[in-house]
Amino acid sequence: MLAESLALSALLFTIGVVGVLTRRNAIILFMCVELMLNAVNLSFVALSKVHGVGGQVFVIFVMTVAAAEAAVGLAIIIAIFRHRQSVNLEDINLLKG
Amino acid sequence: MTFDLLNPVQLSSALLPDLLLVAGAILLMLMAAWRPDSDARQRTVGFASIGLLVLTMGLVVWMAVSGLTASDKGVIAVDGFRWMVDLVVLLGAIGTIALAIEHNVRDGIVQAESHVLVLFATSGMMILAGARDLMVVFLGIEIMSVAVYVLAGLNRRSARSAEASLKYFLLGAFATGFLLYGIALVYGATGQTQIVEIGNAIRRFDLTNDPMLLVGIGLMLIGMGFKVAAAPFHMWAPDVYDGSPTPISAFMAATVKAAAFATFMRIWYEAFYNMFSGWAPSVWWLAVVTMVVGNVVALSQKNIKRMLAYSSIVHSGYLLVAVTAASALASTAFTFYVVAYTLATFGAFAVVASMQQLGETDARISDYEGLWHVRPWLATAMAVYLLALLGFPVFGGVGFFAKWYLIQAALAAPAGLTILAVILVLTSVISAGYYLQVVRVMFMKPRPEGAPEPLPVGSLTRAVLAVTVVLILGLGLFPSRLVEMTQMNAFPRYPFSPALQMGQPQFRR
Repeated sequence: MLAESLALSALLFTIGVVGVLTRRNAIILFMCVELMLNAVNLSFVALSKVHGVGGQVFVIFVMTVAAAEAAVGLAIIIAIFRHRQSVNLEDINLLKG
Repeated sequence: MTFDLLNPVQLSSALLPDLLLVAGAILLMLMAAWRPDSDARQRTVGFASIGLLVLTMGLVVWMAVSGLTASDKGVIAVDGFRWMVDLVVLLGAIGTIALAIEHNVRDGIVQAESHVLVLFATSGMMILAGARDLMVVFLGIEIMSVAVYVLAGLNRRSARSAEASLKYFLLGAFATGFLLYGIALVYGATGQTQIVEIGNAIRRFDLTNDPMLLVGIGLMLIGMGFKVAAAPFHMWAPDVYDGSPTPISAFMAATVKAAAFATFMRIWYEAFYNMFSGWAPSVWWLAVVTMVVGNVVALSQKNIKRMLAYSSIVHSGYLLVAVTAASALASTAFTFYVVAYTLATFGAFAVVASMQQLGETDARISDYEGLWHVRPWLATAMAVYLLALLGFPVFGGVGFFAKWYLIQAALAAPAGLTILAVILVLTSVISAGYYLQVVRVMFMKPRPEGAPEPLPVGSLTRAVLAVTVVLILGLGLFPSRLVEMTQMNAFPRYPFSPALQMGQPQFRR
């Protein structure tokens, strides 16, 4: 089961990375980042079957931090929407040079 | 005294400065939220925050002087390296708040919570400085980053600030994903999250060619590369430093980078030392690409904040040379360089902050034309910072010695990094092109007709400028004091680390 879980986790992580690199909507990007974090969580849980409870403790920390990050991240996306009336990264291009 | 970190009481005493800062920050947050926002309120909370940071700094100095140590079995380190990084970070935070108190008026920021967020970010950095368990590293990075994401977007009236915040957040979270996956694979390969235990497991089970561990280290390197803004993972840095309020840019460029590098150094030296042949070529190339790309792109910048952002990327490259050198000498040079870099970068951003006009967020290099004729002291201070960043002898003060020790460490490295040292020197020559350009513009050009008079420089900003200039020039005249301090504080455990029994690592190019 360990190999299958790790493979699934790697697949989910890759989907997340490809999503971040190809999509242009800030919310979808954020969802892809969350997918990456949860793929990692799956790895931790699978590995903790071999290495003991440490991996599961880590998962709790990751979920807590991800929740805090979501709160801040969505607030930032709302702030940018108020300025630009869009969350598409192609419209958000004031800073360049 | 030696702390037994498995005992909760002793663990909390080992974490005393961090706990003091966090508890104080929570109280100040209540104080900030208690009354309606106003400029006076913002000032009160700002001064209280500076007081708290000074108190924490005193505690750190006291703990550093009293020679405390801790057992290896523990999630945090109690050593000179931690105290040294704590001091750098706390100094940077005091400077940031001092600048922000006066600068907030120019950006129209009245929220008193802005200073409290700096305190939270600082507590994350202090945790990073001492973290000796990948769980604590992760928590430290996130406590720091989440606060700094908000700080970048502090100026709610500015679309540029919001954009900086969004870019920093998305790329920061993306980088965290890589870092975390790397940690998971390292945990999978070694069965440990404690940094020292990972090093032991690698040695005991001879995991030097374990594919899972190698991929894990690679992913962690990508995550760390994003956090310290090493090319090719640097794309966020110029945009974020440009859009953020200037005191926050100073905070990000100086202290956030120092803290991220400190934990990078600790993980790579204490956990992955025996994997040297596995990671050294990647870090070598990362250093080269960062130095070359940063310097070349910095040449074409018209905006001074973006120019300083590329300069901070370049200095990440120089610090990566110290990581690649992997010796006790390199860790001394690293600490010395971090101190010099933090002072100079901070000062340069302080000048940019005091040159900014009301409500203006764009800072062009052409605004500095003929500054010598209207603000001679400001121009002189800026020249000192830029020469220090360049590593110019005498006038650059401590910056020269920082680079000198770094090159020495690279040449004396067991693996032989002559080529890297040569590239370091050559790219430093390129960097003269953009640092001296600003100096030339300030001193040799006439002040253009109709250029706005710079606003008066506040007394707190003056204090920050004076302290940084005096420290840069003073340490430049007497570098031996700082060298003694950094030698004492440069991974005291490092030469005795069990990892070294494997013999010197081999690395051929």
